[in-house]
Amino acid sequence: MEVDFNMVQRTKQFFEEIGDLSHFAARFFKQAVNSPFEFKELLRQCYQVGNRSLLLVVTTGFIIGLVLTLQTRPTLIEFGAVSWMPNMVGISIVREVGPVITALICSGKIASGFGAELGSMKVTEQIDAMEVSGTNPFKYLVVTRILAATLMLPLLVIFGDLIALYGSSLVEFFKGNVSFRLYFNKVFEALSFGDLIPATIKSFFFGFVIGLTGCYKGYKTGRGTAGVGIAANTAVVMASLLLFVVDFIAVFVSDIFYEL
Amino acid sequence: MKIEDKTVPIREAPTSEEIVIKIKDLRKCFGDNEVLKGFNMVLRKGENLVVMGKSGSGKSVMIKCLVGLMAPDSGIIEVLGKNIDQLDQMELDELRSDIGFLFQGSALYDSMTVRENLEFPMRRHRKKFEGITDTLPLVKEALENVGLAHTMDLMPSELSGGMKRRVALARAIILKPKLILYDEPTSGLDPITSKEIIELMRNIQHKYGTSALIITHDVDCARVISERMILLVDGINYAEGTFTELIGSQDPKVNAFFKK
Repeated sequence: MEVDFNMVQRTKQFFEEIGDLSHFAARFFKQAVNSPFEFKELLRQCYQVGNRSLLLVVTTGFIIGLVLTLQTRPTLIEFGAVSWMPNMVGISIVREVGPVITALICSGKIASGFGAELGSMKVTEQIDAMEVSGTNPFKYLVVTRILAATLMLPLLVIFGDLIALYGSSLVEFFKGNVSFRLYFNKVFEALSFGDLIPATIKSFFFGFVIGLTGCYKGYKTGRGTAGVGIAANTAVVMASLLLFVVDFIAVFVSDIFYEL
Repeated sequence: MKIEDKTVPIREAPTSEEIVIKIKDLRKCFGDNEVLKGFNMVLRKGENLVVMGKSGSGKSVMIKCLVGLMAPDSGIIEVLGKNIDQLDQMELDELRSDIGFLFQGSALYDSMTVRENLEFPMRRHRKKFEGITDTLPLVKEALENVGLAHTMDLMPSELSGGMKRRVALARAIILKPKLILYDEPTSGLDPITSKEIIELMRNIQHKYGTSALIITHDVDCARVISERMILLVDGINYAEGTFTELIGSQDPKVNAFFKK
């Protein structure tokens, strides 16, 4: 009986959380279009988000490019299809691996950062102080951060994709004597707008999800320093989970367009 | 340790009968826990009113209701002649420019320098500073009032607890408010720093002629600064009078506050 009761409670909590998150998102859309706009803070947040994640995205992208090529090479050689390497790596990185890996890296960095930062501001009454100062803290802290994550993630994804392709081309250069020019020519020949556009649109949604969950968890932090840790942690878990849900929806929708 | 130094004399009686804050039958519940059960209070112009109560007695809830940070369940709150409940966001923000708020933990913005912390409310209330292009002299004046003019470019993390509280006090007075709300102004400070903060509070009140509502459970602070006191017990104003009247009371609940 107790197990059943716990299950009911957990299911109820899950749906309450989804409801709260949706309400938070609706509040974001409502406040994002109403003046005054916090452009200065938005630019500062864009710089912070980009700057905070760039090194991680570069490192991860480079390693993913190297590993993907090194692991695929023997199989392609076996089938006599090694010349298809740039096409295969290019398409897989641009369409799926690049956006998802970059978004996961950024969810660890950005969502936890937002969760901890806003959580700490909440427990130390900085958010209250902001409101007493005549500032709308939701607009100043939340709207700017979600917009910054939404705008910066596609740029980080593009950057990560290019670095991953560079990593892959290095393997091909040293192992297959393929020049960088030839490698990138083949990559861009293989890619079409049908690969680039959905991936870029998907990245905007990834950025939105990361910003939203990070800010939601931070803004709703309970009292005490323990709450800050929990907010940072749950922000990453929730963002990572939602990223896969969004990815599935994006792939499903773009697949419908491919078939048309 | 008793605080004896009284360089600025305390007025014997309020300077005016003009009412700055009027609270009538204030009620607030958190779930099943009814924190305020019909609290009543009047603060007159130029008066220093201390509200004392045990931890969790609803003192901070009451002060947050006063500035619109929390909505009461029922009751009437009038601040500077305006009913808080009937104000729209713009009117509330305008009213807040006449209220200084010193938070319990100082609530300085971590990501801003001391100067930016002080400039923040000024930027939000530009109307009040029409014609003033350079905010630096005002920031300097506020910091000089608390003896910290040299800390302008420091970050809050570089300040001690006492210095943070002084900077927070400077931020509370930068808008030249008519009313200052102090939420536990001496909590977490050593006796000497507490004494300095109390002295600063008195100097500021003397210089700017502000009214003050002080929430505290520090008996020494209450003794030095209060002109009138209210004891908040079980969600109501249990006892009211001067410090001398209350300390001489035979009521066991009142006595419990003053026992060392």
